[in-house]
Amino acid sequence: MNKTVVNADEAIKDIQDNMTLMLGGFGLCGIPENCIAALVRKGVKGLTCIANNAGVDDFGIGLLLKTRQVKKMISSYVGENAEFERQLLSGELEVDLIPQGTLATRCMAVGYGMPAVYTPAGVGTEVAIGKETRKFIVDGVEKEFLMEYAFDAHFALVKAWKGDTHGNLIFRETARNFNPLMAMAGRITIAEVEELVPAGELNPDYIHTPGIYVHRIFQGVNYEKRIEQRTVRKR
Amino acid sequence: MLDKTGIAKRIAKEIKNGYYVNLGIGIPTLVANYIPKGMDVVLQSENGLLGMGPFPYEGEEDSDLINAGKQTITTVSGSAFFDSAMSFGMIRARKVDLTILGAMEVADNGDIANWKIPGKMVKGMGGAMDLVASAKNIIVAMQHVNKAGESKLLPRCTLPLTGINCVKKIVTELAVLDVTLQGFRLLERAPGISVDYIKNSTAGRLVIEGEIPEMVID
Repeated sequence: MNKTVVNADEAIKDIQDNMTLMLGGFGLCGIPENCIAALVRKGVKGLTCIANNAGVDDFGIGLLLKTRQVKKMISSYVGENAEFERQLLSGELEVDLIPQGTLATRCMAVGYGMPAVYTPAGVGTEVAIGKETRKFIVDGVEKEFLMEYAFDAHFALVKAWKGDTHGNLIFRETARNFNPLMAMAGRITIAEVEELVPAGELNPDYIHTPGIYVHRIFQGVNYEKRIEQRTVRKR
Repeated sequence: MLDKTGIAKRIAKEIKNGYYVNLGIGIPTLVANYIPKGMDVVLQSENGLLGMGPFPYEGEEDSDLINAGKQTITTVSGSAFFDSAMSFGMIRARKVDLTILGAMEVADNGDIANWKIPGKMVKGMGGAMDLVASAKNIIVAMQHVNKAGESKLLPRCTLPLTGINCVKKIVTELAVLDVTLQGFRLLERAPGISVDYIKNSTAGRLVIEGEIPEMVID
């Protein structure tokens, strides 16, 4: 069950133009830095990226936007990424903005083998346009829900804190975010980790993502782990 | 007229002992600074944390530990991390007692718009649509009027909606209002602001009953 590959370039070598990728992370926290750099090097184009955000202008998925490798983003928040907002408003980039919980749950559904889920998020808004709805009684009150489909992505690229050669993963703090959900959801899941250890070294009780979901794993290098908003208080 | 800090201080008074609270980006984030000392409140950050603490001391920033506004934060004792699906799971399952968020517009039926100005600005809904669709109690922190002096408390929202019939209470630089079946109900005035001024600044239906007290802010 050794899933180890040597590096990011090897891990992503069969990602082709026009494929759909999931990328873990929230803002710049917990993003697969090594895989993104390898995608830039490889120069694959026409990508559809499912990721909560699109990084910043010069880091994270922002690097792939700059090189125009992304055809479409499926995200919940543009936020302060000027290049993302510009490409969106000018129509150069297709963007599907969807609620963050819907994004997370559509990933989760894949890993749990469920084709669709029901959520109240977006009922009565433009997010609901064209979607099947259904009413359920919740807490004694009838409420409308939207049916949202599970995603289908060729590859999921995730970043974990520690991992073992079997692909078992442990995340750290809020760098966990979408990573374990996307890890469950790729037809092929690639995990990059800050520390790769031999199988057996991680306590099985503390595994967040069991290795069955992970197809390739590698020891990441040169993590920058950039902080987007450095906020501090005085001593 | 209240400044941002004043709005945050007034909203902090709505928080009760034992509450799990989600604070949105902007003014809502400031509310954390004014939760009364000794009150047992747990702050949820939808990127995967219960038990959000203050900003770290300089030099102690941890790039793995941020809030939903991507700011570096700390944890308090008894905190817990989880993934984004569980985070919105606890929101959808109504485990979070109070959601405080910002808005560009609110309508007198409780509709809210806060994620997009077509053709001009797109921030994205982030977690806001999930939060407003499921929260037990939603308080909105917002400006009563825009820079041109036009009301943002409307009969109907003009911007794309974030959620429908969901806002319960609004705190602005001018007033505290409840959203009722009859429209906005004026509860309190900001210091020095008259009822007439609020009336003129509110485009949606406004219910004014009896004497309207001035807000008390420490």
